[in-house]
Amino acid sequence: MVEITDLIVRYGDVVAVDHLDFQAESGQITAILGPNGAGKSSTIEVACHLRPADGGTVRLFGLSPEDRTVRPRMGVMLQTGGLYPTARPLEWLEYLARLYPQTDDPATLLAEVGIDPGTRTQTRRLSGGEQQRVKLAAALLGRPELLFLDEPTAGLDALARRNLIELLKSRRAAGAAIVLTTHVLPDVEDLADSITVMSHGRVAMRGTLADLTGTQNALSFGAPPGLEIAALSASLPGDYSVRESHPGRYVVTGTPTPEIMALVTSWSAERGVMVTDLGIGDRTLEQLLIETSTAEAP
Amino acid sequence: MTHTSAAQRIRAHALWELRLLLRNGEQLLLMFVVPVLLLIAIGFSGLSTKRIDAAVPTVLAVSIMATCFTSLAIGTGFERRSGALRYLGTTPLTRLDLIVGKFAATAVLTAMSMIVIVIVGLALSWRPDLTGIPAAGLIAVLAAAAWVSWALVLAGLLRAEAVLAIANGLFLLLILFGGVVVATSQMPDAVASVIDLLPSAALANGLRESLQQGGLPVLPVIVLLVWTAIGVVLARRSFRWEP
Repeated sequence: MVEITDLIVRYGDVVAVDHLDFQAESGQITAILGPNGAGKSSTIEVACHLRPADGGTVRLFGLSPEDRTVRPRMGVMLQTGGLYPTARPLEWLEYLARLYPQTDDPATLLAEVGIDPGTRTQTRRLSGGEQQRVKLAAALLGRPELLFLDEPTAGLDALARRNLIELLKSRRAAGAAIVLTTHVLPDVEDLADSITVMSHGRVAMRGTLADLTGTQNALSFGAPPGLEIAALSASLPGDYSVRESHPGRYVVTGTPTPEIMALVTSWSAERGVMVTDLGIGDRTLEQLLIETSTAEAP
Repeated sequence: MTHTSAAQRIRAHALWELRLLLRNGEQLLLMFVVPVLLLIAIGFSGLSTKRIDAAVPTVLAVSIMATCFTSLAIGTGFERRSGALRYLGTTPLTRLDLIVGKFAATAVLTAMSMIVIVIVGLALSWRPDLTGIPAAGLIAVLAAAAWVSWALVLAGLLRAEAVLAIANGLFLLLILFGGVVVATSQMPDAVASVIDLLPSAALANGLRESLQQGGLPVLPVIVLLVWTAIGVVLARRSFRWEP
């Protein structure tokens, strides 16, 4: 569905995207993560034909993004822009609906994202979260087979975020390919079938959430630095080992099971140690991103 | 159906532009109220038929320039700054659809403004040469095309604030010194031969000649055709969706 090969994007002397390879498939949600300036938005802008590439190729549905048959099949939610400031939400969507060969009903869609279709408020006077919802409705309007969403949950309250997640899950179930960038990691944990972590314009890591956080073979927890890890290891079955990955963060290597979790917490309780943030995997997505963000440029 | 036709998209965009423009108070003031007040002021200042015969083509020219150039350039510049045009770049609307749609909406607004000016002019005893009406219509359409294309060139290249300043500045300069308020026939020959090549002078001269003397003025038509051709080519090449 989306096939990006060896993409290069430059802004003057700055290389924003550096030989990036990226794929996204139908019926899947692919998240692009990374620190600010990692090249996420630039990648989406090139894919949406808003910015020319300085090298490499982009194929959507096997076609160039310039191909006029591509745009009716995709929906886009940009990080900035996307609304006529003096337009009302419903009239904006009704106008957009006339550009697409088939659409959902604009009023129904607005109601679905939590905007009153009858509102006469101009979009410039809506709150940031409400503007996000109108932009999302516009992106979904043309029944897209491919959705690019740049920071879709930014500024949304908890309920709106939950609704958006359910909407995206339903579109995925209907077969759409969804590519999203976000800094809201619970969104990624809730939604992403595949994760690409970018840093300095390159792919730093890619895989499923389980691949990236090592949930198959470890659990981790927080506790005061300097725990007696040898004693903790000795209290666990022989094929488990414990290390302090960095001060105050501990990783138990081995298959995570309820029994092992109970052993860790009871061992800690016996010593009056408060365990925090206990979870499966050798690191959380947040830790992984912090490590990526602080890594030196290649 | 896998995509909408260009005609459907252009129609949708033209109606969208019209809807927003007709809701804009400043736009309506510039298009209808100012020209009408200007005409009434001229009409009642002396009430000589000759004076109103000269005033109506001049006010028509000012109105066409205000609607097709100044308002359009400023409006489009701010649309670009808001990111609205950037978003449209991700929809099935093409750059050409946008340009043609804007032209169509502006042409309708201009026609509405001209009808109002003509009615007020006739009420103030304006008596045009009826044989010149088709030529005046042609001049108005060509001028609208030329000014719309140059408005889009400006709005597509510069920041919104710069567009605002330049569009207003150019408008004033051309009204005062570009053969509109002062006809090139009243200028020294050497100056007039240069000013005649400006689209402002071509528009004003063309309307004056056709509506006061009848017939088709050739030089204004050629000048406007050349400005339109260059403007359309530049607008198509340079227009950017990006803020």
